[in-house]
Amino acid sequence: MDKHQQPPSGLLRRLLAWVKKTGPWLIVGLFLGGVLFWGAFNTAMEYTNREAFCIGCHEMQENVYVEYQNTVHYSNRSGVRATCPDCHVPKEWGPKMIRKLQASNEVLHKILGSIDTPEKFNAKRLELAKHEWERMKKTDSRECRNCHNFESFDYGVQGRRSANMHQTGLNEGKTCIDCHKGIAHRLPEVNQSIGEINTEGATPREFHPPVEKKDAEAVK
Amino acid sequence: MKNPSRLFSATLFAVFVASSLFVAPAIGAAESGLKSLRGAEIQAPDTESADPFKGTKDSAPIERNYLQQPPIIPHKIDGYNITIKYNKCMDCHAWSRYKESGATKVSLTHFKTRDGQELSNISPRRYFCVQCHVPQADAKPLVGNRFKAAEGLR
Ligand code: HEC
Ligand code: HEC
Ligand code: HEC
Ligand code: HEC
Ligand code: HEC
Ligand code: HEC
Repeated sequence: MDKHQQPPSGLLRRLLAWVKKTGPWLIVGLFLGGVLFWGAFNTAMEYTNREAFCIGCHEMQENVYVEYQNTVHYSNRSGVRATCPDCHVPKEWGPKMIRKLQASNEVLHKILGSIDTPEKFNAKRLELAKHEWERMKKTDSRECRNCHNFESFDYGVQGRRSANMHQTGLNEGKTCIDCHKGIAHRLPEVNQSIGEINTEGATPREFHPPVEKKDAEAVK
Repeated sequence: MKNPSRLFSATLFAVFVASSLFVAPAIGAAESGLKSLRGAEIQAPDTESADPFKGTKDSAPIERNYLQQPPIIPHKIDGYNITIKYNKCMDCHAWSRYKESGATKVSLTHFKTRDGQELSNISPRRYFCVQCHVPQADAKPLVGNRFKAAEGLR
């Protein structure tokens, strides 16, 4: 209360003077404009975070979307659907903005027609998948963990294989994407050393990256 | 319009386009009920059929009933694709992977080609695992039978 008695500080005084000069209505206008802009901005962000937006581009619809429709993240007993942005767009404000900026690259490649035929898509698929693997590895599969909290895994209910692998793997410092590649789409070529096929595909090292010691320490 | 016949054909065309716009959906609707050759209605199911293999629980390896039996798959295989680009089964069952995944390594017999040549990994004729290996569903036998496991394996 006694703050009122104090003379306004320099900054406040200048601000008051500015308000008097520009007129309060303009300030209110600016404020409302800001609100409107922020609203529109957020609406745009929301709009571009819908599945319908993603598959608005046939490049996204004809390959990855069709494949994803056969997976557990599209239809499952719980009726919870993971949509494209759930896995591909970070929820946190900062990383989300960065991902959205990167996505303008997709618009460029849309115009360039980089993946506008199945042939071109398949030729580029390995590269695109590697980007996503790297991104998820770097964030310790943050988007997966938004929905799946491994601290809440009930190993008593999980399948034999899941419970075994989760307990050993996660302790070693592995992350979801290390073991769960191809969870929503068909995989690109992977070199599994079966005869002469896929020798150009993802190498064993890329497909099952070794755990870095550093990561293992951080988990403990 | 200088040419009445052109006006006439233009009108005709417009009427044709307009009518096809209205009529086409009606035709589509009338023909949506597909019929079999014997005239029975064919209705695509709205929901996925109950797949008895869905929700198979993982279990310990299932005992074999006779020699040379391809072992039953003791775990779920929903979404395990085998394509020319990637063989999901081999991601766990390959000799280079089984230690990490805890899976049974593929049988050595799977490395032999049709001509008896030994390869260093599965031979093409064994590439499609689910040709021979299947998960077990808890389904009642369609007809009664007296099948018993081979003597040496009982
Ligand atoms: C304007 C059409 C368009 C829209 C809309 C679109 N995409 Fe794409 N997307 C593309 C193209 C084209 C590429 C290929 C980029 C390249 O060649 O590098 C691509 C690539 C990708 C990749 C691979 C990224 C990488 O780093 O290589 C992912 C993941 C992806 N899109 C997800 C999405 C998601 C999620 C949405 C919805 C939020 C979406 N896309 C909306 C056209 C689009
Ligand atoms: C929007 C929330 C959401 C996100 C994000 C998400 N999931 Fe899921 N996930 C689910 C749901 C829901 C199920 C189905 C649960 C059930 O069986 O009813 C599921 C199931 C699974 C399964 C079980 C598959 C099966 O066949 O039973 C795996 C494995 C999995 N998710 C891994 C991942 C990975 C890896 C990521 C990150 C790339 C991820 N999830 C991202 C919600 C999500
Ligand atoms: C060391 C490898 C490994 C890591 C790391 C890993 N998983 Fe798994 N996970 C598996 C295996 C193996 C299965 C069982 C086989 C399958 O579902 O295809 C499985 C199964 C699952 C299932 C289905 C569980 C069930 O029994 O129904 C979910 C959900 C899942 N994983 C989520 C995750 C999430 C989320 C992460 C990251 C926190 C993760 N996993 C990390 C190997 C791993
Ligand atoms: C459950 C998480 C999940 C969902 C849902 C999901 N993706 Fe993906 N997506 C991935 C992962 C993981 C990869 C990395 C490649 C891989 O492992 O299959 C990927 C890769 C991609 C790629 C790169 C090309 C490729 O196939 O590797 C594109 C493009 C893409 N996703 C678009 C989409 C679109 C569009 C949707 C919605 C229809 C979608 N994704 C839904 C997890 C998901
Ligand atoms: C995520 C790893 C994983 C994948 C992928 C996988 N398996 Fe398995 N499989 C296992 C494990 C682990 C066992 C052993 C089960 C145990 O001992 O608990 C096993 C057991 C088996 C057995 C029984 C072996 C025996 O001695 O009785 C067969 C057969 C089999 N799997 C076939 C397949 C086929 C076919 C596919 C592909 C459709 C497949 N598996 C995919 C991990 C996997
Ligand atoms: C042509 C049929 C056939 C195909 C295809 C086939 N298998 Fe087998 N598999 C068998 C038979 C028969 C046996 C048991 C006799 C033997 O060991 O050869 C067997 C045994 C096995 C065993 C148990 C080995 C052991 O040591 O007990 C595993 C694991 C296995 N197969 C995995 C696979 C995988 C993974 C694939 C696909 C890459 C596959 N099989 C493809 C017929 C087949």
